[in-house]
Amino acid sequence: MGKDSRLILDPLADNNPITIQVLGICSALAITAELEASIVMSISVLFVLGIGNVVISLMRNIIPSKIRIIVQLIVVATLVIIVDLVLKAFAYELSKTLSVFVGLIITNCIIMGRFEAFALGNGPWRSFLDGIGNALGYGVILIIVGFFRELLGSGTLLGFPVLGDPIEKTGLYAIGYENNGFMLLSPMALIVVGIIIWIQRTRNKALIED
Amino acid sequence: MEHLELFFKSIFIDNMVFATFLGMCSYLAVSKKVSTAVGLGAAVIFVLAITVPLNWLLDQYILQPGALSWLGEEYAAYDLSFLSFIMFIATIATMVQLVEIVVEKFSPSLYNSLGIFLPLIAVNCAILGGSLFMQSREIESLGLALNYGVGSGIGWFLAILAIAAIREKIRYSNVPPALRGLGITFIITGLMAIGFMSFGGMLTGGDEEAKPSSEPTTTTIEVIKEEIKKEEAILKSDLEIAENTNK
Repeated sequence: MGKDSRLILDPLADNNPITIQVLGICSALAITAELEASIVMSISVLFVLGIGNVVISLMRNIIPSKIRIIVQLIVVATLVIIVDLVLKAFAYELSKTLSVFVGLIITNCIIMGRFEAFALGNGPWRSFLDGIGNALGYGVILIIVGFFRELLGSGTLLGFPVLGDPIEKTGLYAIGYENNGFMLLSPMALIVVGIIIWIQRTRNKALIED
Repeated sequence: MEHLELFFKSIFIDNMVFATFLGMCSYLAVSKKVSTAVGLGAAVIFVLAITVPLNWLLDQYILQPGALSWLGEEYAAYDLSFLSFIMFIATIATMVQLVEIVVEKFSPSLYNSLGIFLPLIAVNCAILGGSLFMQSREIESLGLALNYGVGSGIGWFLAILAIAAIREKIRYSNVPPALRGLGITFIITGLMAIGFMSFGGMLTGGDEEAKPSSEPTTTTIEVIKEEIKKEEAILKSDLEIAENTNK
């Protein structure tokens, strides 16, 4: 059991897919201007990676190694189409915000990376745990970045004004606080992730690169 | 003119790396040396130039709502656009494989320089992203699609070349230990992205995205006018006070 629980816990911090393995950066940066989009993206990746890992793991002995990339792509693409259609049906506005980035889950390196590195060599249950663990590690970073960018950029969380009303000057705005609109622009996502990496590596010296 | 505008727009304004963060994984992983970065960049231009026009044809004649009407009247109502992800990625994976075989056969020297990067490219988000943006931006003709593919490829090439050159130099700098490697690369890319945002002013004339901002500006102008009136009033009263004290 201890071994299995490490499959979930390791990717959350010390082997985080984004900050340590450097996988799946694209979508992590592009859609984190709002917390809600980050959460939905994390759930989508959780679904695709959890199920995809199980499917690939079940098929691992019958996939010829020469065409495995195409087989993996087809499995991911099918799962992503399901996610995309569900989002379009139940959260149309949000699916417009995420636009092409739902489709780009297909080429999200986390998914292909975990298929190659784990699901092709392990049983379905352990692959499922590995998928869930890595998707959670990815989601944690997305939610942290989304939280700070939405809070500092527009003063809201999930759309609720938490710092007061900027127009009527209530809450923090009454004492002269201003939203930092720069946080909403794409370059700040990179810098926020850079700072997260900095903090993480300062706390855990073993992760420092030469 | 339309071609030139799209070309520069896809290189600088909608730069794949700095504006939309596509292909970041290989951008970070393969940018330690300039020579390998050039190899991968060239391969990306090559593959984008092939797959974007191909997927444009696929989108136009098979996937779009009503695209199947060339088969006959009864097919006109079909809408296969939900299949676009799977069709695009299948095209990309097969094309990459095909390109690899063809290049290996006819140009061994090019194969040696591009060879190891080609399989990597099938799962590069920049390639699929190019096709998906081509679809969502509704590019009108095959020529423009080719133009868009080459342009965004060159933009990606420039970005990875620049970061590889910086990373080669930064090895000799005294970066805080915890930031070394990945951390500082992220922050530099962020700063470069801020720099690239300044290209946004280049083509605002015919840009559709510039239109919605016209409404708020009229209100802000009114606000500014009111502020000017207030300041003038204050100035006048100040002047009067000054004159009174002089008297």
